Amino acid sequence: MINNPNLTRLRRSMMFLNAQKPGLIKDPFIYKPDSIMLDLEDAVAENQKDAARYSLYHALKEINYHGVERVVRINGLETAHWKEDIRVCVAGRCDSIRISKCESAADVIAVEEEMKKAEAEFGVEHGEILIMAALESTKGVLNALEICQASPLLFGIALSGGDYTKDLQTVISGTGVEFAWARGQMINAARCAGKQCFDTVFTNLDDMEGFRKETEMIKMMGFDGKSIVNPRQIAVCHEVFTPTQKQIIQAEKIVKEVDEKKAMGIGVFTVDGKMIDIAFYPGAKRTIELAKAAGVYEGDL
Amino acid sequence: MDVLCASVAGTLESSDAQVSIEPGNGKLDLTIESSVLNQFGKQIRATVLETLDRLDVTNAKVTVIDKGALSCTLKARVEGAVFRASGYTEDDIAAGKKLPWGGAIR
Repeated sequence: MINNPNLTRLRRSMMFLNAQKPGLIKDPFIYKPDSIMLDLEDAVAENQKDAARYSLYHALKEINYHGVERVVRINGLETAHWKEDIRVCVAGRCDSIRISKCESAADVIAVEEEMKKAEAEFGVEHGEILIMAALESTKGVLNALEICQASPLLFGIALSGGDYTKDLQTVISGTGVEFAWARGQMINAARCAGKQCFDTVFTNLDDMEGFRKETEMIKMMGFDGKSIVNPRQIAVCHEVFTPTQKQIIQAEKIVKEVDEKKAMGIGVFTVDGKMIDIAFYPGAKRTIELAKAAGVYEGDL
Repeated sequence: MDVLCASVAGTLESSDAQVSIEPGNGKLDLTIESSVLNQFGKQIRATVLETLDRLDVTNAKVTVIDKGALSCTLKARVEGAVFRASGYTEDDIAAGKKLPWGGAIR
């Protein structure tokens, strides 16, 4: 059993940053994303993998990110880099490690085993650093449930659309049709295992309307947040994933009424003309929790 | 550590520093170029020398072109150049040669 509050923390926006670029990693907290993902993988050229690690280590040790979660994306398990990537992540005490190109439960377990070795070496408690898995292939998406169930350290899974569409032999169309099955499969697997689920990046920075529509759609599907590539996307992402005052008031009413009516032996009733029963309770509770985590709840629940 | 060959780490982008290193003539020879040399020259020099000292580099010619790097970046670039110059490759690391995180790198 892992007792780490980060397992369920708020992750509406997870922003990629190249760990090798000092100008990017020195102060991204000013934009207030929920998480940053310091990248050792695709953003870093093959001949700069070593330099990126030194840069990452000192950033983790010396830069105050003001409570923004520090996730590190490590190189894939098929590369020569990933084991040393894990050593530097553990030595620098990042908050979470993102496994790229994760395809099976065995991949997650392999990462956890390397983390255990590094934790013993650097005196870091097991459970302090969490794992998330990026699913980037048809195999990875098909194995979503076993990946979600592979480790108590794993807090969630994320779709990585670029590689996934290559594997599907299609392209990113902007309609979302190419991701429909993967998104549905992943959110089902994640919820079944009690984990979080994150959507892929939206790379057209000039199409903010398209970004908003896509974010609203994945929110409606059940996702917890979205990977982003630019600070400009944070505000929209947070707006979509933060409950509105109307939703909060409605949720408050439901929670209070269900509690009250339960004591009176009443199972089904109406709130503002809508039928409510116990099935609405967890959703309403979640809205309140989300509002609290986002810092917009002012009630007394 | 012995500097076996010439190497470079870092870029000339804003907030970065480019550190070049090559085998010395029996001593440490440090040159620093920076647009903020007047305000921060002493600190930059101290950070670079401390980092070289931790890595036990005593015989090398080191050139730093600073573009407004934080001390964490300066250290990272010096380490990058030194480990490259002393022959640490990704293949060595993959074969089990471990980097001293929290030891000489800190």
